[in-house]
Amino acid sequence: MGATILIVDDSKLARIVMGKAITALQPEWTRVEAGNADEALAIVDRQAVDVAVLDFNMPGLDGLALAAELRRRFPAMSIAVATANVQDEVVAGARAVNATFISKPVTEDGMRGFLSGAALRLRSAGQ
Amino acid sequence: MIELEGLERDALIELVNIGVSRAAVGLRKMVGEQVTLSVPSLDLMTRAAATKLIRERENMDLVAVSQDFEGVFSGRALLIFPLDSGQSLVRVVASDVIGDGEIDLIEEETLAETGNIVLNQCIGSMANMLQQRLTLSLPQIIRGNGQSLFEQSATADDGVVLFLYINFAIDVRDVRGYIAMLMDLPSLAVLKRLVNDFITRIVGPEVSGAA
Amino acid sequence: MGTTIMIVDDSRLARIVLSKAIATLQPEWTQVEAGSTDDALAIVDRQSVDVAVFDYNMPGRDGLSLAGELRERFPVMPLAIVTANVQDEVIAGARAVNATFVSKPINEETLRGFLSGAALRLRSAGK
Repeated sequence: MGATILIVDDSKLARIVMGKAITALQPEWTRVEAGNADEALAIVDRQAVDVAVLDFNMPGLDGLALAAELRRRFPAMSIAVATANVQDEVVAGARAVNATFISKPVTEDGMRGFLSGAALRLRSAGQ
Repeated sequence: MIELEGLERDALIELVNIGVSRAAVGLRKMVGEQVTLSVPSLDLMTRAAATKLIRERENMDLVAVSQDFEGVFSGRALLIFPLDSGQSLVRVVASDVIGDGEIDLIEEETLAETGNIVLNQCIGSMANMLQQRLTLSLPQIIRGNGQSLFEQSATADDGVVLFLYINFAIDVRDVRGYIAMLMDLPSLAVLKRLVNDFITRIVGPEVSGAA
Repeated sequence: MGTTIMIVDDSRLARIVLSKAIATLQPEWTQVEAGSTDDALAIVDRQSVDVAVFDYNMPGRDGLSLAGELRERFPVMPLAIVTANVQDEVIAGARAVNATFVSKPINEETLRGFLSGAALRLRSAGK
C-alpha cells in the first residue's frame, strides 16, 4: 500500500511548493492538502494519513498545536513543521512533540532528510 | 526621552543586519538570484516622519506585507515594495510553480507568504540573539501610499517610534524594496535593556560598562 | 618579528567583539582597526599588515570590494570576510579573491579556523 502525506498550509503557494518537492522526492506517495488545522483534523478523521508536513504560522491553531494534537492521536506518524521562524523556542517546540523542523523556504534539499526518514520508518513498520 | 548610546545603536544595527542578512538568504532561495542589501538605518522619529521618509523616496503606490510582533517588546515589521516591483517579485517567485495566467490570482498570497518567510527569518534571528520569545501575527497585505503602512490603529497617537529600515534589490529581476521595523517607545525602554544584556554577553561587562 | 592583524568594520561593537576574540586566540598579535574601506587602505599604505578581517556590509565600498583591492596588492595576505549573508554569490565572491568566509555572529569558535590557518601560513612563509 502506498503512503499518504498530508500538507497543511494556509498559503496555496506554499502548498504548491511543498507538493512539488514531495512529488520529486517520493513520486509514489498520495498527497492530500488542507488550508488550516481544522481541515487537517477533519481529513485524519476520515482517512489514513502516514506523514504530515505542517506550516507553523496559520490562522486558528498553529502548526505546533496541530503537531501536538496529531502526535496525541497518532503516536507513530512522521510529522514535520515548516517555518521561517527560526526562534529557538519554535525549534524546541517541534522537538518536544517529536516533529522534524524544516526551514522555509521549503526546497527539495530541505525536505529530503525528513521524507527519506519517514519512508524508512514506514517500510520498517511494514507499510 | 529615551536615547540610544553609541554602542547600543551599533548593537541594534548589528542585530538588524544579521537578521536581514539571514532573511536575504531565504529570499535568494525563492528567487534564484542574488539579493543585495544596503546598510541598515536607524532613527527615533514620529510615525509621520517615517511615513514622509518612505514617501519622499517613492512617488508611486506601495504594496507591503506587514506582521506585528509581540513579546517583551513589540512593534511592526514590514516588507515594502513599489507596486511594480511587488508584481515582478510575484512573477519570479511563482512562475515555476504555476502558469502565467494564474499568477494574478495568487498575487496577494504569494506576497504574503514571501513576506512571512522574510520577516520571520529576520525577527526570529533577532529574537534568538536577544534571547527573547516573540510571537508574530499572520501577514497582512497593505496597499497605499506610505501613510497606511505605519498606522497601527485608529487610536494610535503620533508618538515617537524607533524606525529601522534597509533597502534591498534583486537587480536582474528589477525588484527593489525595503524591510522596515517600527517599535513603540515603551518597547524601546525594554529593548534598550535587552540590547545592553546582548552587548554584555558578547563583549563582557568591562567593555560594555565603559561604553 | 610580530604579526599585525587589521580589523575593518563600521560598527564599533563589531570591532570590539572581533578584537576580543583575536586577543584570546592570538594574544601575541598586534591589532589595528579601521572603520571603513578607505581607512583600511590608508593603513596598509603606511604600515605593514599581515592578516585582515573585515565586515561585508559597510557603507561605501563593501567588504568584497576591499578584499579584491587588498588581494591585488598583497597576493598572499590571509583575508577573511565576516557576514551573516551566506548567499551563494557572496561566498563565491569571497572564494574568487581567495578570502575565507566567516559567519556572523562572531565568537572564538567561528574565528579559530581562519586565525590558526593564517598563523600557519605566516610561519611557513618565514614570518
